[in-house]
Amino acid sequence: MELIAFYIFAAIITVSAMAVIAARNPVHSVLWLILCFFTAAGLFVLIGAEFLAMLLIVVYVGAVAVLFLFVVMMLDVDFVELKQGTLEYWPFAGLVGLAFIAEIAIASFARGPGARDVFNPAPGADTNAEAIGAVMYTDYVLLFQLAGLILLVAMIGAIVLTLRHRPEVKRQNIARQTARRRADATTKVSVEPGKGL
Amino acid sequence: MDLTINHFLTMSAILFTIGVVGIFVNRKNIIVILMAIELILLSVNINLVAFSVFSGTIMGQIFAMLVLTVAAAEAAVGLAILVVYFRNRGDIAVERVDLMKG
Repeated sequence: MELIAFYIFAAIITVSAMAVIAARNPVHSVLWLILCFFTAAGLFVLIGAEFLAMLLIVVYVGAVAVLFLFVVMMLDVDFVELKQGTLEYWPFAGLVGLAFIAEIAIASFARGPGARDVFNPAPGADTNAEAIGAVMYTDYVLLFQLAGLILLVAMIGAIVLTLRHRPEVKRQNIARQTARRRADATTKVSVEPGKGL
Repeated sequence: MDLTINHFLTMSAILFTIGVVGIFVNRKNIIVILMAIELILLSVNINLVAFSVFSGTIMGQIFAMLVLTVAAAEAAVGLAILVVYFRNRGDIAVERVDLMKG
């Protein structure tokens, strides 16, 4: 039963990954990428790594894929022109891919047997999330903080890169606003009757 | 026959290879190159989680989470650079990225 589910998921992942790299329209690529991530999350649930599965959906589908979709739709690029001449890259790319998979196959056949077939997604705890939480905030707290720091730096970097000040747009200057006193802004004039200012 | 770790390793090897081929095939389109990199990182994650679950240690899943963090950061910064580049040049064709004459 598990094996059948695995083969279904694996087939969907492979087909959608191929569609990601072969789709003519990048928007379709992003949608195939989302399917690929969803199916990978299903695969994680299959072997009991539920926490990672949910994280995959939240981070990849919820953040990364949406970011890709935003950028693809925001940029006014002629993607048909970018797709021109892709056909001539296929032989070289296929060669590289073949060499790659052959290397991996040789390496894995060189490895002797000894893989255990029982899986245990929650060693020393009742649930997967509990097992992760038990070590993440104790043994790996520095790594956890480091991950947060990486995200902070990436966020600041992305904002700094894309922020731009356009001179023609009026902006609020809070320092000037609060430093302003009544004497700077108003004057007292005595207006004579019948004359006006 | 039961579900073994070899199934997962084979599938993630195939996924990794598809990602590498995708980089070469879409040499002109940097957005699809970034997506292919995401595929590669996903295959690495599948590997880490499979090893973690089948060997009964939780460490691999922590590592997978760190890979996920780095992938998200990389996508954010990469796409930000792409947006800025497009704003300056009006084009994102990779072979015309030669401002620095490197």
